[in-house]
Amino acid sequence: MTSKRKVVAAVIFLLALHLAILLAGFISPYQPATQNRDFPYLPPTHLHFVDARGHLHFRPFIYQSVARPDSLYEYTEDREHAYPVHFFVSGFEYKIAGWFPSRTHWFGVDAPAQIFLAGTDGYGRDQFSRILFGGQISLAAGLLATVISLLLGLCVGCASGFYGGWIDESAMRLAELFLVLPWLYVLLAVRAFLPLHISPAQTFLLLVAVIGTIGWARPARLVRGIVLSAKSRKYVTASRGFGASDAYILRRHVLPHTYGTLLTQAAVLVPQYVIAEVTLSFFGLGLSEPMPSWGNLLANLQQYNVLVSYWWMFAPALALVLISLGYLAVANAFQQRLQSGSI
Amino acid sequence: MRRLGCVALLLASVPCIASSVPQPPQRGEELQITDNEIGYYGGALAVGQRSEPKTLNPATAADAPSREVIGRLTADLIHINRASQQTEPALAKSWTVSKDGRVFTVNLRHGLHFSDGQPFDADDVVFSFAVYLDEKLHSPQRDLLVVGGKPINVQKVNQYTVRFTLAQPYAAAERIFDSLAMMPRHLLEKSYNEGKFAQAWTLNTPPADIAGMGPFRLKEYVPGQKIVLERNPYFWKADRNKNRLPYLDELVFLFVGNEDAQVLRFQAGDTDIISRLSAENYVLLSKEAQTRGIELFDLGPSLEYNFLVFNLNDLASKKLDEISAKQAWFKDLKFRQAVSFAIDRDGIVKLVYAGRGSALWGNVSPSNKFWVDQALPHPARSVDHARELLKSAGFSWRGDGQLVDPHSHTVEFSILASTSNAQRTKMATIIQDDLSQLGMNVHIVPLEFRAVIDRVFQTYDYEASIMALGGGDADPNPEINVWLSSGGTHLWHLGEAKPATDWEAQIDQLMQKQMVALNYKERKQLYDQVQEIIAANLPYVFLATPNILVGAKKNLANFKPAILEPTTPWNVEQLYYRNGNGSSPGATQ
Repeated sequence: MTSKRKVVAAVIFLLALHLAILLAGFISPYQPATQNRDFPYLPPTHLHFVDARGHLHFRPFIYQSVARPDSLYEYTEDREHAYPVHFFVSGFEYKIAGWFPSRTHWFGVDAPAQIFLAGTDGYGRDQFSRILFGGQISLAAGLLATVISLLLGLCVGCASGFYGGWIDESAMRLAELFLVLPWLYVLLAVRAFLPLHISPAQTFLLLVAVIGTIGWARPARLVRGIVLSAKSRKYVTASRGFGASDAYILRRHVLPHTYGTLLTQAAVLVPQYVIAEVTLSFFGLGLSEPMPSWGNLLANLQQYNVLVSYWWMFAPALALVLISLGYLAVANAFQQRLQSGSI
Repeated sequence: MRRLGCVALLLASVPCIASSVPQPPQRGEELQITDNEIGYYGGALAVGQRSEPKTLNPATAADAPSREVIGRLTADLIHINRASQQTEPALAKSWTVSKDGRVFTVNLRHGLHFSDGQPFDADDVVFSFAVYLDEKLHSPQRDLLVVGGKPINVQKVNQYTVRFTLAQPYAAAERIFDSLAMMPRHLLEKSYNEGKFAQAWTLNTPPADIAGMGPFRLKEYVPGQKIVLERNPYFWKADRNKNRLPYLDELVFLFVGNEDAQVLRFQAGDTDIISRLSAENYVLLSKEAQTRGIELFDLGPSLEYNFLVFNLNDLASKKLDEISAKQAWFKDLKFRQAVSFAIDRDGIVKLVYAGRGSALWGNVSPSNKFWVDQALPHPARSVDHARELLKSAGFSWRGDGQLVDPHSHTVEFSILASTSNAQRTKMATIIQDDLSQLGMNVHIVPLEFRAVIDRVFQTYDYEASIMALGGGDADPNPEINVWLSSGGTHLWHLGEAKPATDWEAQIDQLMQKQMVALNYKERKQLYDQVQEIIAANLPYVFLATPNILVGAKKNLANFKPAILEPTTPWNVEQLYYRNGNGSSPGATQ
């Protein structure tokens, strides 16, 4: 594959993943917090195409799982009854992208059977639905924090590079301070100061704000460099000679130079911030139960028995790795084009 | 080395202090004869410990790891047999109680020696009690030894007899002697008189300066790694064939960290015993029990009880208006009853303890056969009944199903759970889901253990919390601090000047009565009433108790785990290896 095709593939993949996560309510067959206490640690449901008599079915079907008597978390399929997978079924109410209410789900099976494509966790909650809904939290945290970081970085970098002097000095020393800050400990400390009665939504916003605020230094330094070089160009001096204001020069002649760098930074920062959210939640400092996030889901693996016994609990890690690789591939492509001067 | 030691012993016929070869029984030495299976000498037993002990000083140790090691280095006068849960003679050969139940006369075994070969007698007993009762030392044992507001009076009658006088009769008083380590006066009196007792017997003290009456004595401490104990050659127990115990040459405590790390070390064969297993790890290990040569034991429900407690503290002096407002709900018995009815205890047992636990409706575990009130009702889970209770208390539901109180405030509260205990966090998640079916909006706040303790005991800045108590002794007396309204662990309402409610006053009376009642039947009757009042008024919403799950290598003989702490090493002196590590038959020493 040529590098251009690779980038296109990465972008398409990322778009598909984001769309799936945005439409989590539609794609998930169950609510992420619904507990099925009879089915803890149920392995992923098998999709069948060939029935017991050897007939081929084009519509996939499943068998209901039943707990094996006198065993713990071991299940067999009840082959008496087949339950075909239906598409566009009615289920719990959700809101597409937080706005449009709907009850239609992509797929489902008739009761009493249940379909768990990625198995269940220790409370019998559908892991597939939790990964999708958890992705909403983790990705939103990553994207929002990136926006905050870049905006802060852009403002500080511009001011610092454009005006120089004491503004530059103080802003850059502050940036250095932020760069050497052990951010994980800062986050832990900030989390410890939060009041008890804070709702999950508020926790989330605070988390995002803190993660985003801490990361402004690197983009600010990059932007400053670009602004410094841009403002000494001859056309800037010419523009100034014609009486252009600072704001005009910044907007018209200087800022456009920073866009390429900002885009590259964004592609680098998003996965980094998604991982930051995962880290915090992994240590139990992010969102609390029953809200899913990839970090919360991965925190289950801290227990040794889960780590060695239930392989499907690793699924969120796969999602995390894929999304990070996708973003980094895009960042790489931006970087190469930036160096060749095409953005 | 061992053979050389024995030759030296034969030639010199004096006690060989340097060697830990078991000494042959001496004339006039009143050994206790145990009825265990007769074993072989030799071998070392390795046990994993979650953290390092902080000290080896019996009168200052407060942490569990320290007490576990000290328990193997020392012995008590009267001991609670962990298997039978009854008291039995230890360093005391026998004891008599005066008719009024206030005077205990204890007769010591004659001719016993500390692990350094020095004799043990009444002076050591009097010295030990003087230390425990010293107010300046703040020994954690002191509370137990103050009966009716006055410290127990200890008097030496003769070299082998000591008299203990209590200010008032105290039920099952002989149980307070359990685990009170007898200390050697000859080694500790000097530091005590100089006021430096609290600094004595640290982990850095040379092993030769530490001696006790326990089955083992200190050999080596390697910081960050392990504590090695070797056989006490003068230990005062012997098997039926007069082989002096213990059989094992060494007992090694490895510092392993958390439970998962302990499981890994046990799987790898680095440790020989594992206790306090979680049900999941128990299942994990049982899958490979055959191939790895290990045996696992499910001893049934422990004495620990997990519960949900609501903050009923007096918050007038604290600036916690939001919580005080919510206390109107918490103080309403019907609200607590509704919560109790809505909780799926069977679900907790199934998901948290993987089925290896028991649901609880009272503070006494079903395994505490002597004290559990069998008549206590076990109402089944009923969300409908819970809703009726809430309705009758004036609560109602909004269109979206959210519960609101009579003043139209939404019912929303947080539950604290310690992050260091995955099981309690899991319980909180289940309760959160159960209570959402009542329309209650519950948040779980996972906090570090110390932060939970600080909020519950000091600042009262919490709404509800999941905690656990119990697990010590089977007798009701050690629980007295939990139930007396003035008690230090009266968690739901600390520091009551006088009982806040009638039923708390009733509990106070009953507990005090049972404390001085001297026969079991009467005490049981009184304690049954206490259990009924507690279950009816629900200061704690009881949840469940885990089973005690332990494992050991298959070739370890005489291994009899018990539900009382310490569950596994309590009879360590009787343990031996059937084959492999130990080879020489005990009878041929």
